[in-house]
Amino acid sequence: MANQGITVHHGEEINNSTGVSNKKLLMWAFLGSDVMFFGTFIGTFMAYRNKSLVGPYPADTLDIPITSVSTFVLLMSSLGIVLALHYLKESKMALAKLWLILVIVMGLIFIGFQVYEFSHFAHIGMTPQVNLFGSTFFTLTSLHGAHVSLGILWLIFLLYNEYNGNLTSENAIDLELAGLYWHFVDIVWIIIFGLLYLITAGDGVPPGGVPWTGGH
Amino acid sequence: MSSITGPKQFQIPRIFPRPMAHSGLWYWLATVDHKKIGTMYGIVSFFWFIMGGIEALLIRVQLSHAEASIISPEVYNQLFTMHGTTMVFLVVMPLSAAFFNWLVPLQIGARDVAFPRLNALSLWVFIFGSILMNISWFTGEAPNGGWFGYPPNSTVQFNPGNGMTYWVLGLNVLGVASIAAGLNFIVTIINMRAPGMSLMKMPVFTWMTFITSILIVLALPVLGVAGIQMTADRVYGTNFFNSEAGGDPIFWQHIFWLFGHPEVYILILPAMGIVSEVLPTFARKPLFGYTFIVFSGAIIGFMGWFVWSHHMFTVGLGPAANTAFTVSTMLIAIPTGVKIFNWIATLWGGSIRFTTAMLFSIGFIAMFTIGGLSGVTHAVSPSDAQQQDTYYVVAHFHYVLFGGAIFAIFSGIYFWWPKFTGWFLNERIGVVNFILMIVGFNLQFAPMHWVGLDGMPRRIYTYAENMGWELSNAAATAGGFLIALSVLVFLANVYLSSRKKVMAGGDPWDGRTLEWSISSPPPHYNFVEIPEVEHIDHWWYKKYPGLLEGSPKNNSEPSVEVEDTTNVDESKIHLPDLSYYPLFIGIGLSIAALGVLYSYALVTIGLILVFWGSIGWSTEPVNEPHEGDH
Repeated sequence: MANQGITVHHGEEINNSTGVSNKKLLMWAFLGSDVMFFGTFIGTFMAYRNKSLVGPYPADTLDIPITSVSTFVLLMSSLGIVLALHYLKESKMALAKLWLILVIVMGLIFIGFQVYEFSHFAHIGMTPQVNLFGSTFFTLTSLHGAHVSLGILWLIFLLYNEYNGNLTSENAIDLELAGLYWHFVDIVWIIIFGLLYLITAGDGVPPGGVPWTGGH
Repeated sequence: MSSITGPKQFQIPRIFPRPMAHSGLWYWLATVDHKKIGTMYGIVSFFWFIMGGIEALLIRVQLSHAEASIISPEVYNQLFTMHGTTMVFLVVMPLSAAFFNWLVPLQIGARDVAFPRLNALSLWVFIFGSILMNISWFTGEAPNGGWFGYPPNSTVQFNPGNGMTYWVLGLNVLGVASIAAGLNFIVTIINMRAPGMSLMKMPVFTWMTFITSILIVLALPVLGVAGIQMTADRVYGTNFFNSEAGGDPIFWQHIFWLFGHPEVYILILPAMGIVSEVLPTFARKPLFGYTFIVFSGAIIGFMGWFVWSHHMFTVGLGPAANTAFTVSTMLIAIPTGVKIFNWIATLWGGSIRFTTAMLFSIGFIAMFTIGGLSGVTHAVSPSDAQQQDTYYVVAHFHYVLFGGAIFAIFSGIYFWWPKFTGWFLNERIGVVNFILMIVGFNLQFAPMHWVGLDGMPRRIYTYAENMGWELSNAAATAGGFLIALSVLVFLANVYLSSRKKVMAGGDPWDGRTLEWSISSPPPHYNFVEIPEVEHIDHWWYKKYPGLLEGSPKNNSEPSVEVEDTTNVDESKIHLPDLSYYPLFIGIGLSIAALGVLYSYALVTIGLILVFWGSIGWSTEPVNEPHEGDH
């Protein structure tokens, strides 16, 4: 256990009880907290699965091929941020910037798909108000989308810092933290895609439910 | 948010210059000093303690005799809802946070918490969140659905108006404050300990803060989700708790208590930490079974997650669930009982000094034991069926939360006041304060046990004349006013003691932990030199090294003095500069939450404030470049 000082100078200063920087520990603890946040929403979704009394039901709405594309893009962005961090640490700034831009673009594509999906659902009459499926689906996916959007803002901020020279290999920890957050949000999406889309998409009219007659 | 330090630091344009002076209003609004933040937590939450107390007194006045009509049923509903919510979220939690802030860095030998600005953010979000929730009194729509907000009583169909929406929004804003503080203390305790202070050499109060912080960051998000779902139901017409659309009101109970039971331990573990510091100091003995107390706290924190359905024994979960939760609830009484025996064993054979702080701690043990035992009686699900929703339950949780948490907090106030301020609170007035409080407390809550078992229901604004409950209720009301008197005596004590200060010095109680090794009040940098820790109760053994060889302490004089700060070159000690961004983010969050009720324009203004504050925060250097640096 090394001595500690309160002043922070340049970059990551490891001068504490564990050797893990305070910032990184904070991010891990925050992600633990966020697990409970998403976990409760996912639990709500599962508890209310097949409990809607009126349509549209998952089988009427979800489109797995389209969401598979956006899922693929989001997962690839995790690879992108690994590379962006790798090149930043090696001070290959051109490649670091390029990959960070690609990650941001992939995040925006994912959000674009989500906007399309939501507006399509609203168009065919699936809203948060229409039934339990709508309520649980929209809260979970839109809060995940909010996490992705916040991540994009954060990465844009870091990209700006790469361009004005404030983010270098010395303080690569700042990109690493954003990366931890980004990976976490991706992992949550894997669970959401598995549960809300792959497993749920076949759910038709539950016992006691009224078949849906809307849509196209 | 990441903060970037470096020579080519860019900053967004400042609207106000960064405050640098260490005095004046700006200093208090922009301070990042954990001691100042702790003081503000304490003052603000004590204000809410008085407000919550007034709400309680109004309830007691209405119940003082049968069929009274002093307060209307509608206002009565608002009073008991806001009394519970205020005391849990605006009093016990932030008063504990005041102690966390003041003591954790001092006890672990650090100059500040890990993230001083995040700490300030927690404070301001808490303050504005508490104001947000109480604005509802002025619009005449204070929350009225009980502090646990059960649907359908809290759904918009049966409870129109803004009351319960204020409640969920307020809780969510306060949750942000708690989570931020919890994260901060987890990192602080893991990473900022002085050299040599391994986990099992940490003071018990720091340990309990650590466990509480873990519970906070895991439990408050669950409440946050419940709050978002209820807000969505009430404002946007979703169906989470709308049984017409298949939603299940019982589901709310599950998630609320999945948060709510860890919350109970969030309220009581800091109190247990305070008592574990006070008892050894005034028994002049080491804490009996330090390891057992620490691990019992950890086990309580862990098992607290598996008992939530004991709040729901009467909703019809079936015999299997009721049996399982009966067993888990009875099991959690074991580590709690272990702690009580350890505290008693700490007193055993000690040379006890009956200071006010000690009296409150002993009061804590007695009252908390009574409350714990009545808790075991409703762990048994068949007997709980008789007790559910009666005053017996009210008696139980006031014995653990007032007799437990508040007594311990008063003990902590009397114990650490000389450390916080440099002067003593008057001990004679303190004893009067204690006697009034413990007599008033028992007069108020003991009779609730028998009227409760006799069937007097909670949350009903009056009762019939022929039930035989009048004497007990009159006594309870009288007890309530005695408690109010004891709080006034405390305030008078603060005032009188400040008029004629008896200076305390750095180590007035012959203390054991590191906070007593420095002067009172501590200098803003806390420690001149970061101590090297070798033992539990390091300061105690540093004063009396002979104890380590087994010699009795008898009449030995301390071999070291508290740190002398007269010749310290403060330019060598770097502390973070002030920042006003946390204040504005706190204001922005509450404005945004208020906007959910009234207008999207407010939401936008609030979020712009939050965004601007976040960017400003992450681009401002921790320290402005000083003359002669680098």
